[in-house]
Amino acid sequence: MLRDMSQLSILGFQSTIWSPIELNRHIRQLVESDYRMGDLWLAGEVTNLSQPASGHLYFTIRDAEAAVRCVMWKQDAVALLRLPENGEAIETHGNISVYEAGGQYQLYVDEIRFSGEGELYQQYLLLKERLEAEGLFAAERKRALPRWPRRIGIVTSSSGAALRDVLNVLRRRYPLVEAIVSPTPVQGEAAPERIVEAMQAVAEYEPDVLLLVRGGGSVEDLWAFNDERVVRAVVASEAPVVTGIGHETDVLLADFAADIRAPTPSAAAEIATPDSDELKIEVSEMRIGLARAWTGYQQRLQTALQVQRAALELVSPQARVDNARQRVDEFLHRATSAIRHEIALQTAAVGGLIQTLQAVGPDTVLARGYAVVRNSGDGSIVKSVSQVSAGDELQVRVSDGDFGAQATGRVSS
Amino acid sequence: MAKPKPPDEMRFEEAFEELAALVGKLESGDLQLEESLGLFERGQGLADRCSQLLEEAELSLRQLEGGQDEDKDSE
Repeated sequence: MLRDMSQLSILGFQSTIWSPIELNRHIRQLVESDYRMGDLWLAGEVTNLSQPASGHLYFTIRDAEAAVRCVMWKQDAVALLRLPENGEAIETHGNISVYEAGGQYQLYVDEIRFSGEGELYQQYLLLKERLEAEGLFAAERKRALPRWPRRIGIVTSSSGAALRDVLNVLRRRYPLVEAIVSPTPVQGEAAPERIVEAMQAVAEYEPDVLLLVRGGGSVEDLWAFNDERVVRAVVASEAPVVTGIGHETDVLLADFAADIRAPTPSAAAEIATPDSDELKIEVSEMRIGLARAWTGYQQRLQTALQVQRAALELVSPQARVDNARQRVDEFLHRATSAIRHEIALQTAAVGGLIQTLQAVGPDTVLARGYAVVRNSGDGSIVKSVSQVSAGDELQVRVSDGDFGAQATGRVSS
Repeated sequence: MAKPKPPDEMRFEEAFEELAALVGKLESGDLQLEESLGLFERGQGLADRCSQLLEEAELSLRQLEGGQDEDKDSE
């Protein structure tokens, strides 16, 4: 049909006849060929906001004179901190295209800035850049927290949930600490200055660590913690500073300057303190270690004692006494046998002498028939005839006894 | 060594750290009997002190004057 009509037009008319889809596609291509339409910001007031079950966001941006239809796909819409509201002035970023089926051109939105945020955000980026260049956020500036804080300074609103959360965590985790609360407004015009004052006030108590905390809120509510004065006070703090401002996703300049940035007030209190439940466990483990070491020590001592005893027995004087006694016995024994031997020798010698004596003695001679003659008068042995006169009384000994005799005459030999 | 502080006068962290050091020393052995016995008794005193402080501690809280704050954070 299209072809037919085209042919007709060639025959009858000079102008081209389009189908709606052709026209819409052509216009889409025209629009998309303009690079400025691919990346633009549109500011205005939100109307006709709707978000069907699909999760896509549909709305219109308008001002007094005109309106532009907008769509934000679900995957971009979920990244929003909050939804815009009808009547709210916002800035939207995206690209212009044409919805071919409806012939509607619209802004495909990928980012939304809320009122004033654009300007604030620019200021924030500039300040961040400047402070960063100054080295205030440098990693080497970060200080370690003490393991055993004795005194914790808490700078926050006295009426906020943040303080309650922090105190609950401290009571539960490490009630040994002393908490000093330095209250301050945490939002509004005056907040930055007051926060700085509160930090200085608590610094006089020389806390070991300072918690700078605030509960969740809108970007505007948290803005005091992007203030340069607050950032510089964090940098200047004598005590290490732990920040816990807003929620996990909120990162403020004070967070960059802090020694540790915690995602929430409770987390800040946890980071700053040891956990007493864990400490209790550690203490009981050390008790066990103590008992085990002691038992082990006793056992080692016992073993050592046995070894010593054995060693002692080796060198004991008892052994030496026994030893000496044995040697004395040995000497005695040896002495005895020597003496016995000597005696035997002497006995043998005496025996020999006796035999010799006997051999040379008178009895043996007498036994062979000799006799010993004595003068009975003076008892002298008669060895010569000259000793005898006739008539002398004589005593004669033979082998088995004596008898008397009388000399009868002198005989010369 | 200086005369040791009675455990009852010690802060938690003092008692805790001395206890940790002492257990390590005892476990290493190599001590005289008398010294060991002394350490063991001291260790028990320190452990008691730690437990007592952990059980009995109550957060000491002080709020400074002057911080008038009317605003509330939302959570």
